[in-house]
Amino acid sequence: MVSQVHVRDLVLTARGLTKTFADKTVLRSVDLDVARGETVVIIGASGSGKTTLLRCISHLESPSAGLVDLEGQPIGRVERQDGKVRPATERELARQRRGIGFVFQRFNLFPHLTALDNVAIGLYKVRGVPKAEARERAAAQLTRVFLGEHLMKLPGQLSGGQQQRVAIARAIVFGPVVVLYDEPTSALDPELVREVLDVIRMLAREGMTSVIVTHEMSFAREVANRVIVLDAGAIVEQGLPAQIFGAPREPRTRRFLEHFRSSLVNAEQSNAQGKPDTKN
Amino acid sequence: MTIDWAIVETAIPLLAKGTLVTLQVSLVAGVLACILGFVLGLCALSNMRLLRGVVLGYVDFVRGTPLLIQIFLVFFALPVIGIRLSEIWAGIAALAFNTAGYIAETVRGCVGSVERGQAEAAKSIGMTHPQILVSILLPQAMRPIIPPLTNELISMTKSSSLLSVISVYELTRAGQAIISVHFVPFEIYLLLALYYYVIIKTLSWVSRRLERRMPVF
Repeated sequence: MVSQVHVRDLVLTARGLTKTFADKTVLRSVDLDVARGETVVIIGASGSGKTTLLRCISHLESPSAGLVDLEGQPIGRVERQDGKVRPATERELARQRRGIGFVFQRFNLFPHLTALDNVAIGLYKVRGVPKAEARERAAAQLTRVFLGEHLMKLPGQLSGGQQQRVAIARAIVFGPVVVLYDEPTSALDPELVREVLDVIRMLAREGMTSVIVTHEMSFAREVANRVIVLDAGAIVEQGLPAQIFGAPREPRTRRFLEHFRSSLVNAEQSNAQGKPDTKN
Repeated sequence: MTIDWAIVETAIPLLAKGTLVTLQVSLVAGVLACILGFVLGLCALSNMRLLRGVVLGYVDFVRGTPLLIQIFLVFFALPVIGIRLSEIWAGIAALAFNTAGYIAETVRGCVGSVERGQAEAAKSIGMTHPQILVSILLPQAMRPIIPPLTNELISMTKSSSLLSVISVYELTRAGQAIISVHFVPFEIYLLLALYYYVIIKTLSWVSRRLERRMPVF
């Protein structure tokens, strides 16, 4: 069962996160709290700002405004003794980001390194773990995501589902405080989605704090402790999965889920008729 | 016009020493140019603005002035500030500095065009900018770097003939020496062309093999 969150031990907080690109505001003052061990799923139409939200939390994208803290430590800024705040340098940011694991939609594995070294490189290049020990720990994580037999393969020799699992191992090998998943199955062939979701679910149940952006609604419903609905860069509604999916309060949530239901039904129908699933 | 075969026979051994010098100069200058070029190319991608500016200024100078002038500058101007190099080392230095500028641009272009997600993934596991450049982006850029790099090295090897003007006894200079004694320019220049052609052909063959052995990502 999903572990219960007894005390709201907040590990990740975002306040007023805003992101503006040239002429367009993609994120409008989003507040987000994530408690230890919690699994938060973010849903919303494409273009609603889900990916940008994750990228701003991890500061892969610098937010135009807003503050992010991980276990009470600032991310992307340095608070000086005299109380003044300045943006973190690249080097400081690299250090601050260490508690965040990030899983990309398109895996972004390093194609010139074996599965093993994809996972180990952060340990031996960044954390100064001796190479042999780093590889041992990497092998253990790869075994954990059921890739123990593929350690020496290059990403190009692995299926999409296997690549994404290597990417998950790479994200968790440091023992991060939280893992952010950015549409982890959107780039996968339908038959490969399941193996990746199974791994994410397994980690979540083992207590890994997770924030997941996904279009897999049944997975979201099953795995989430809390569902957040994003629309036009703002949080429209959030709550327990049963409430969001069963009795959404906001018209925009309803519209989004409605659209989803109909497209799911369409997909099922076309599958039943033996046509390939062309839904996108 | 008939070819004077006797003079060709005389010339072949005489050109051997020049060939050797051309090969030595090209090899040493080539290695130095690659080292300096790769370092400069990566510096051009640094996130330190000053460093980038210095490299871009250097490249701008190298591209904007003739190699012949650069050779004269190294040979005649450096002694003025107390650096005295022999003809051959002045020549090697000029060729290396020149070619390094072009190689830097090649490296900058190829490393900079590695897919953006790679740098992001590396950032997400805490790597710093220099680590990302060296351990993640550069290895993936090696294969695309090789063809333009070969072009630069070929061009440099041919340009080594310019060192004859500072009396480095390389292939062209050796040929000119024969011409001045026997006055048979046609035969000798034809022979020189053939010699350069063989050297360049060998170089591009090596490059092809190297490229084919590089993994594709």
